[in-house]
Amino acid sequence: MSTQTAETAGQGEAQGLKHYLRNHMREYGLLFALIAIMVFFQAVTGGTLMRPVNITNLFLQNSYVIIMALGMLIVIVSGNIDLSVGSVLGFIGALAAVMIVHWGWSVPLTILACLVVGGLIGAAQGYWVAYWSIPSFIVTLAGMLVFRGASLWLLQGQSVGPFPPGFQMLSTGFVPDLFPREMTAGLAEIAGSRNFNLLAMAVGIVAAVAIVWLGLRERARDKAYGIEGEPANFFWVRNAIVCGALLFLTFKIATFRGLPNVLVTMGVLIIIYAFITQKTVIGRRIYALGGNRKAAKLSGIKTERLTFLAFVNMGVLAALAGLVFAARLNTATPKAGFGMELDVIAAVFIGGASMAGGSGKIVGAVVGAFIMGVMNNGMSIMGIGIDYQQMIKGLVLLAAVIFDVYNKSKQG
Amino acid sequence: MTLLLEMRDITKEFPGVKALDQVNLQVREGEIHAICGENGAGKSTLMKVLSGVYPVGSYDGEIHYDGGLAEFKTLRDSEDKGIVIIHQELALVPQLSIAENIFLGNERQTGGVIQWQETFRRTEELLAKVGLRDAPGTLVDSIGVGKQQLVEIAKALSKDVKLLILDEPTAALQENDSRKLLDLMLELKAQGVTCIIISHKLNEVRYVADTVTVIRDGMAVSELDASQGLSEDRIVRDMVGRDMSQRYPDRERRAGEVVMAVKDWNVWHPEHAERQVIKNINFNVRAGEVVGIAGVMGSGRTELAMSIFGQSWGRGISGEVSLHGKPIDVSKVDRAIDAGLAYVTEDRKSLGLILDESIRFNTTLANLNGVSDKGVLNEAEETDVAERYRKALATRTPTVMQKVGNLSGGNQQKVVLAKWLFTEPEVLILDEPTRGIDVGAKYEIYSIINELSAQGKAVVMISSEMPELLGMCDRIYVMNEGAFVGELSAEEASQERIMSLIVSE
Repeated sequence: MSTQTAETAGQGEAQGLKHYLRNHMREYGLLFALIAIMVFFQAVTGGTLMRPVNITNLFLQNSYVIIMALGMLIVIVSGNIDLSVGSVLGFIGALAAVMIVHWGWSVPLTILACLVVGGLIGAAQGYWVAYWSIPSFIVTLAGMLVFRGASLWLLQGQSVGPFPPGFQMLSTGFVPDLFPREMTAGLAEIAGSRNFNLLAMAVGIVAAVAIVWLGLRERARDKAYGIEGEPANFFWVRNAIVCGALLFLTFKIATFRGLPNVLVTMGVLIIIYAFITQKTVIGRRIYALGGNRKAAKLSGIKTERLTFLAFVNMGVLAALAGLVFAARLNTATPKAGFGMELDVIAAVFIGGASMAGGSGKIVGAVVGAFIMGVMNNGMSIMGIGIDYQQMIKGLVLLAAVIFDVYNKSKQG
Repeated sequence: MTLLLEMRDITKEFPGVKALDQVNLQVREGEIHAICGENGAGKSTLMKVLSGVYPVGSYDGEIHYDGGLAEFKTLRDSEDKGIVIIHQELALVPQLSIAENIFLGNERQTGGVIQWQETFRRTEELLAKVGLRDAPGTLVDSIGVGKQQLVEIAKALSKDVKLLILDEPTAALQENDSRKLLDLMLELKAQGVTCIIISHKLNEVRYVADTVTVIRDGMAVSELDASQGLSEDRIVRDMVGRDMSQRYPDRERRAGEVVMAVKDWNVWHPEHAERQVIKNINFNVRAGEVVGIAGVMGSGRTELAMSIFGQSWGRGISGEVSLHGKPIDVSKVDRAIDAGLAYVTEDRKSLGLILDESIRFNTTLANLNGVSDKGVLNEAEETDVAERYRKALATRTPTVMQKVGNLSGGNQQKVVLAKWLFTEPEVLILDEPTRGIDVGAKYEIYSIINELSAQGKAVVMISSEMPELLGMCDRIYVMNEGAFVGELSAEEASQERIMSLIVSE
């Protein structure tokens, strides 16, 4: 008798797990896809992928895509799209070069001016989308052409550079270790590297602890309200994987040159945007706007202003990405950012956002960008030609979206 | 009379639910057969089985049609045999003409080239049959819903229909359009077309039906013969499985002070600037009062409500809205909400809810400031609020994290109500609050409305269903062509009085 009830209870639990997994296939799928891709390339590149210098490079190479993906996610959640970000990135890089190299402006003034110009570009496009209801596809397609041309004009078709070291620090600089050398020398010896950046490792550890702590707090709250949350074993496995990966990566970074400046910028931005989209009134309203614009409007949400702000924000982030990109290349070229909007948009869709608007998460977009980035990097190390790389990336995007649609139809 | 259709012991199961349980349905040749039942009773499922949307083999039981065993694998199979369904949501392409729509998928053609002459000639014949005088080249989106319904029927007739199935054909229609449609059904019957009508509106069922089959919880519970007289009470009792001696809950009438007054309200059409849609309207509503606005579709009731609620419709709006005697700013939706107004839209799916989001998300949407601190949401408080309204309104759902898209119509409407109640309004404007929801859920919505008025809220209720207005309101304004043409107290009001006020103008 008792064994029978135990069995049925076990069965019910197993069903619950299956049900939960099916409903959250997307999130787990994304995480596992990233890990699988990393493991795969680690194997086929004979360990090159995860060498400290390459990991650091991975972050540097993808920082501008990730920075723009944050803004693009918001634009896409609001039910729009921005095709102009690649051109804006190029234009701002060109503008920064002209300001610094030709006009002799100081670095802080240039950065500030470029961010403001980025915001104005976003405002100029957002105005037509928000207040005139012109489809964003068309407005930003126009913007893409305009700013592509504008950067050519600004640079007179030439590359302009180099930048002063202060500007290059934006991208290629590293945060110096706070801890004295004597302290870290021992660690370096243990790690078998030339030096060990204890600050980077410490940041990694703090971040891992924070992730687990925040997760536990959320679970406790859900439980208090009887909301069916993630099953405990799933929670711990997922957190173990995430934190393990995080600690592993920060360890690698620490054995190279420590935290790149741009990684810090990016990390802070990711946290800020994740918070805004998930925990604030304005974030909530953006999801409502994308989910059902008319209903949102009749609920007292200022839909026009929100759309406008989404584009302003995108412009500022594209400008920031433009500065980072120019600083990394140490020169502004008329071709900078060409086609980059597609990488950014692909990252957001791989990350689970829906074309129709109203869904998608910051973390998803970031993971999506990393999936693209690791594939680029891995395939380049393997020496796969750009022709195959493009084909493979295209198919991965398609597969991710098909997986999404298939999951949705399964849920019914 | 011979049987045209016999469905025997139809059982259809979905994972975890038995949608149909040994249902029997017998439809005689040349009759109008009504199928009644609450939402979710299984009416639509039964029709999908019949039409081949659920192919043979996916259900148990047999279908005998027109003297043979019918085994439809697709919708096309059943159409070839003369079974045509007209769904609640019309399947017309708005940007195409009437003629193009009628022959869509069935084009008059020679080798892929459309024969326009023949198409138009045939369309004219068909339109004459359904009593529509519009030109075949008229675009479908330029005619009203009532006429679109007739176009659908003409389309069905173009396919040599033997059995015409109408799923809630009058749900979106006004009284007089509905009547026209029902008369057309009777005419088709005289021409030998057999009809099945699925409807919530029992007066219409009584008007046209020869036989009524009532379905409840996936079972056919009764078959009633109209020749022996149909009583609405009997049908309702079979539908809900209990005695519904009262379709409207009792309410105590105690109107207090005037809460909202609208003065000299004028609105023009947003696209056709010369068309005045709302003409000099004055009205008021008191605390604890339920005031109705009656009128035919197109009389401007929704436009009136939406223009007051943050100028969500129309342009060139003039007039004054005051609350407790003080003029208020209602020029933007958020200002109208802050001033104490709430507007429950007519179309909850496209204007009221975000279907992909949870009950909690929707409940707090119009008052996020009430669950946040300095712009940061307090999700625990949100859950509290959503739970509170779930309990207060008896919304049937496992948790407040359920997607509203998965709820039934009545429960969705409760979520919309919850959203507006959380804004703590003084005046609630309800636009067709019970459209498309079943009898039992309607009663619950009425009870909620009564409770709100008992708490002293002022309620304005717009409805196309006159019995509902008569059953619920303390006062009824009658609206026609953008103006108020009369005001009736509950004692004076009757369907005849209201209709005569509309017609006399």
